[in-house]
Amino acid sequence: MAGEKHVETTGLLGWVDRRFPATATWKAHLSEYYAPKNFNFWYFFGSLALLVLVIQITTGIFLVMHYKPDAERAFQSVEYIMREVPGGWLIRYMHSTGASMFFVVVYMHMLRGLFYGSYRKPRELVWIFGVAIFLCLMGEAFFGYLLPWGQMSYWGAQVIVNLFSAIPFIGPDLAIFIRGDYVVSDATLNRFFAFHVIAIPLVLVGLVAAHLVALHEVGSNNPDGVEIKQGPKDRFGRPLDGVPFHPYYTVHDIVGVAGFLIVFAAIVFFGPEMGGYFLEYNNFIPADSLKTPPHIAPVWYFTPFYSMLRATTDDFTWVLSGAALLGAIALFFKGNFKGVWRVIVPVILVAVAVLLRVLDAKFWGVVAMGGTVVILFFLPWLDHSPVKSIRYRPDWHKVLYAIFMINFVVLGYVGTQPPSPALNLTSQIGTLYYLAFFLLMPVWSRLGTFKPVPDRVVFHAH
Amino acid sequence: MSQNTMVHGDDEGAVPTNLPPDPSRRFWVTTACALGGVAGVATAVPFISTFAPSAKARAAGAPVEVNVGDIPVGQMITVEWRGKPVWIIHRSKEQLEGLKVNDPLVADPQSKRPGFTPAYAENEYRSRKPELFVCVGICTHLGCSPTAHFETGGAGGLPSNWEGGFLCPCHGSTFDLAGRVFKNKPAPDNLEVPPYQYLTDARIVIGVDEDNKA
Repeated sequence: MAGEKHVETTGLLGWVDRRFPATATWKAHLSEYYAPKNFNFWYFFGSLALLVLVIQITTGIFLVMHYKPDAERAFQSVEYIMREVPGGWLIRYMHSTGASMFFVVVYMHMLRGLFYGSYRKPRELVWIFGVAIFLCLMGEAFFGYLLPWGQMSYWGAQVIVNLFSAIPFIGPDLAIFIRGDYVVSDATLNRFFAFHVIAIPLVLVGLVAAHLVALHEVGSNNPDGVEIKQGPKDRFGRPLDGVPFHPYYTVHDIVGVAGFLIVFAAIVFFGPEMGGYFLEYNNFIPADSLKTPPHIAPVWYFTPFYSMLRATTDDFTWVLSGAALLGAIALFFKGNFKGVWRVIVPVILVAVAVLLRVLDAKFWGVVAMGGTVVILFFLPWLDHSPVKSIRYRPDWHKVLYAIFMINFVVLGYVGTQPPSPALNLTSQIGTLYYLAFFLLMPVWSRLGTFKPVPDRVVFHAH
Repeated sequence: MSQNTMVHGDDEGAVPTNLPPDPSRRFWVTTACALGGVAGVATAVPFISTFAPSAKARAAGAPVEVNVGDIPVGQMITVEWRGKPVWIIHRSKEQLEGLKVNDPLVADPQSKRPGFTPAYAENEYRSRKPELFVCVGICTHLGCSPTAHFETGGAGGLPSNWEGGFLCPCHGSTFDLAGRVFKNKPAPDNLEVPPYQYLTDARIVIGVDEDNKA
């Protein structure tokens, strides 16, 4: 037939291929996508994140069949799923465990990127899509947490929505706009339901597709931070240090999936509440708009950022203000900005230093909480180290990374605890370290003696 | 040669590779995009407007009448007004004395900051009559409801000079028995005093005062 495309496949697949790039897509993303052969343990978490997304969407669809997004009936309908729907308890525990495991997997995945410089040129967009996925995931988790309509659901949503009321001038009206009422109510529950089950998941799936397309365009990084596309190639032009994703890494990832599912099933069947960390005890009490539970804290995956929110007290803004002033002076005399930026950037920092004392500490707490996530978007341009991978960085860099990880866990722990002066000081030190780690990265990341980077990836056959 | 001129070469490629820009076409492309954008924004308005509180939600804020004559001295009751807890405390003499002790410790002793205190409550007691205190039991930080700690002295992590008051479980803000926030706490303002007035000595209505009609 005239105009029909010539393809190599025959039969039904040939018929499809003449009309749709089925084989071409399969080859581009799986059977002829060459990934570095030296992937290690840390490279399981990307495919595991995809697996958890599938688990969450599947279990979510079945939960929606029985759940009622109505302030009068939401709490009961969740108990109905747990007690009366056959297998409902299992689906619900898979969904609630999946939410926490999503963050476990994604935090590991991000840490991997941090270790091996996977955000560096040319993978900036892969990283940016990834941080956007992380933001969506936080939104998804937050909206979903209101749905059981327990005490933690209610007061957690109350606190987070009130964060927006800290924004000067428009804040209080914005908070009413988000709730659709003067308090968290049925209207709030309904819209959060809409965001949780359709709006955010659609964006999330689109971003995951963009993340993968961008990754496959530039190729995967690896633990050595060496570009395999610039290394030696075979006579077909395929990188010698690469292996086809399918079957090598698809089969390899099945090992990771098996290990992950063992842990996942163990939690679902033996400890779905995880001692109050995955499902908080106060959420087994129906929402009461007149009484806040004696101790409220977000779920564990938000607590590091929540700690930084709590750390920002009126006293602490003096410290931050001083830091901004020092930064302005340092940038003016030592900075690398060209032309007018040499003046503009320090002036902006001085303005921030002044505003830190003018506006409420409450507002800056919100800025700290949001800013510590948003700062991740800029990581590709903050890191100036001559090597990508932590393997070839000076040893004291590894110490900084280790402290960063410990600091993040400590901030997370502090966020789960009731406020106290000692813990508050801890979270303030932790917040300073977190901010300094990223904001001073342009300086420290280029200091020290770097080790020579090999021309090809380091790989020992088993 | 401009884009308006049809070009036919010898082979199948009917479109030459380099066309000079056509100003009139540029103008109409820009105009169409601008008008389309305006239409798009205009369409978004009704969708966005559905986020605002519904007529039902706006109508729900009816005033609440409360009998305050039978609250024991030193005790508190909680009533619901506009979905929020409203505390009514019958303060004792000692508790009122404690407020004076707190004056140097609280951030805004005379409630001068605007927005949270009606004019008739801009005093040390933050109330119309010193013994009866009415306030919205929602922390001005992030909206948790603080818990009452009326016992004096430092129990449960409270300072030893504690004269009775409230502790917010979420972020540790503390308030005295006039809802005044202590210095250097996350909450930026004193607890909100709602509009209220006395109907009789033993009966008040919340949500109504000289400036706010029901």
